[in-house]
Amino acid sequence: MTFSPQLEAKFADLITHYPEGRQKGALIPMLLYAQDEVGAVTPEVIAEVASRLNVKPVEVEEVIGYYTMLWRHKRGKHHIQVCTNLSCMLAGGEELYAQVSKKLGIGHRETTPDGQFSLEETECLGACSWAPAVLVNYDFHMKMTPEKLDRLIESLGSKQ
Amino acid sequence: MLYNEPSPHETRILTRRLVYPQAEPIGYEQYAAQQGYEALRKALAMTPDAIIDEVKKSSLRGRGGAGFPAGMKWSFVDRKSPKPKYIVVNADEGEPGTCKDRIILENEPHRLIEGCVIAARAIGAERGWIYIRGEYRRMIETMDRAIAEAYQQGILGANVLGSGTRFDLYTHTGAGSYECGEESALLESLEGKRGNPRLKPPFPATSGAFQCPTIVNNVETFSAVPDIIMNGGDWYAALGAPRNGGTRLFCLSGHVNKPGVYELPMGYNLLRMINDVGGGIRGGKKLKAVVPGGSSCPILKAEECDIAMDFDTLAKAGSMLGSGGVIILDETTDMVKFLYRTMKFYAHESCGWCIPCREGTAWLKKILERLDAGVGVSKDLDMVDQLAQSMFGRTFCALGDAAAMPAMSIIRKFRAEFEERIRSAQVFIPAPETRPLVVL
Ligand SMILES: Cc1cc2nc3c(=O)[nH]c(=O)nc-3n(C[C@H](O)[C@H](O)[C@H](O)COP(=O)(O)O)c2cc1C
Repeated sequence: MTFSPQLEAKFADLITHYPEGRQKGALIPMLLYAQDEVGAVTPEVIAEVASRLNVKPVEVEEVIGYYTMLWRHKRGKHHIQVCTNLSCMLAGGEELYAQVSKKLGIGHRETTPDGQFSLEETECLGACSWAPAVLVNYDFHMKMTPEKLDRLIESLGSKQ
Repeated sequence: MLYNEPSPHETRILTRRLVYPQAEPIGYEQYAAQQGYEALRKALAMTPDAIIDEVKKSSLRGRGGAGFPAGMKWSFVDRKSPKPKYIVVNADEGEPGTCKDRIILENEPHRLIEGCVIAARAIGAERGWIYIRGEYRRMIETMDRAIAEAYQQGILGANVLGSGTRFDLYTHTGAGSYECGEESALLESLEGKRGNPRLKPPFPATSGAFQCPTIVNNVETFSAVPDIIMNGGDWYAALGAPRNGGTRLFCLSGHVNKPGVYELPMGYNLLRMINDVGGGIRGGKKLKAVVPGGSSCPILKAEECDIAMDFDTLAKAGSMLGSGGVIILDETTDMVKFLYRTMKFYAHESCGWCIPCREGTAWLKKILERLDAGVGVSKDLDMVDQLAQSMFGRTFCALGDAAAMPAMSIIRKFRAEFEERIRSAQVFIPAPETRPLVVL
């Protein structure tokens, strides 16, 4: 399996960041960056990354089960994470999560049939002082309100 | 980006170069024009021991949670060991209520790089990694750009500012795990494994990343170092409280008028923090309680909040200064729900490596879920307390303690509220077949 030239360059560099013989250090970053490009950690990604780092596929499988950002099934083009942890909960995070879930008709770690959106109720995102926080892919949206959230989802939906 | 206006009550050392709203991060040129990397030049002319002494004198204590003296940690590294030595920056920032490391990562990446290179000089490290939580991808990109600039300027690489020593620094992304903020789990994750904690000792200073001597410090800890070297340890110590040197970033969240991240001297009074810096409780309501340093710290009731915010004073009061996440709760806060949400978090994040934590957090969550749903029974309250006590101190890492402390403190300090929930709810239980146990 091949990745985009940019990702190939990134991987080539990444592998040099770990001591000689300890290239397995690159495993989790590689899986996440590959997922960003492919949409999920597919069996092909697992086999490819395992062979490049010279580790057994099971060593890859065991980390996928651990890290919440690694998904075996496809995320939506717009992956929406709504924080409902303490500071966000005090600022209406749970209601925002319910609102998105209703609007998109999907629940926790589910993807819409058209592949546009996926949703996740997430733990603390590190934006507590500007709660409630929503993360769309890697972009933060802070001090969210129900209206702002509606507008955000509509603008993402119209981007296709 | 800065997301809140500064407060006139702040003492800006760490944040002195930042100008609200700081639309772009401070690049190399601007950093260097404002004394950036001068501390590094100074450190390169000092002996490693002199650097460590200065950090010891500053009484800089770890900003990641435990408050361990940074200089002392650095002195544990055996510089004569034939193994390579490493620096690891903990930028996992996962403790609920904490959002301060991002202020540095997003806005002043060179400050962190400078702190790392000075620390590398102090312990003789040749490589370092900044382990940044996966959700902070934009900040990883900012750090990567700054690191590339630092290589171009000869600050990183084969010959650090002509000193003849090598230091390489990289970012490393996490992929979603609170436990990976715990330093030994973080090191496992850095090695490409599940983030299960290691048995200690050996501590990282003896056997850390890739089984080599390593110091792990929080972003803010490393970032405080350049000013300490520039102005001296005594100067830094005098900014704070006894044995608690300097300033730190406090993250005010919850029911205050002006939530935000503010830089204040160690030992700043909590009530003043809420009222002067935070603009008081929202909607003119009364203060009920404060979680003083992130979700794992024992809660303080309103009457306990006239207190100096430093590690020792809070420890004496039975709580912790933790990671600087100050969650402020007004009188309307439902403590049953608050504790349930806290336990839901720990149950989700427990890595499952040791049984007291895996089982303890799961059961605490289940019991609190039914208490919150109004179908708990009186004996649940003692069970919460006992479960937490049996978990406390019996796990590989401190996640078990982190879950036990809020459970014990909230259920003890707000017991009446839990009892009231049970009483009022039982009125609505219509028939024996819907008795609480079915929720199990
Ligand atoms: C469950 C758990 C999570 C932690 N998360 C973090 C974190 O996100 N960031 C951090 O700096 N320290 C975290 N720590 C503390 C680290 O284990 C370690 O004490 C710290 O990185 C040391 O750096 P310092 O002395 O500069 O604070 C965590 C500890 C535990 C037990």
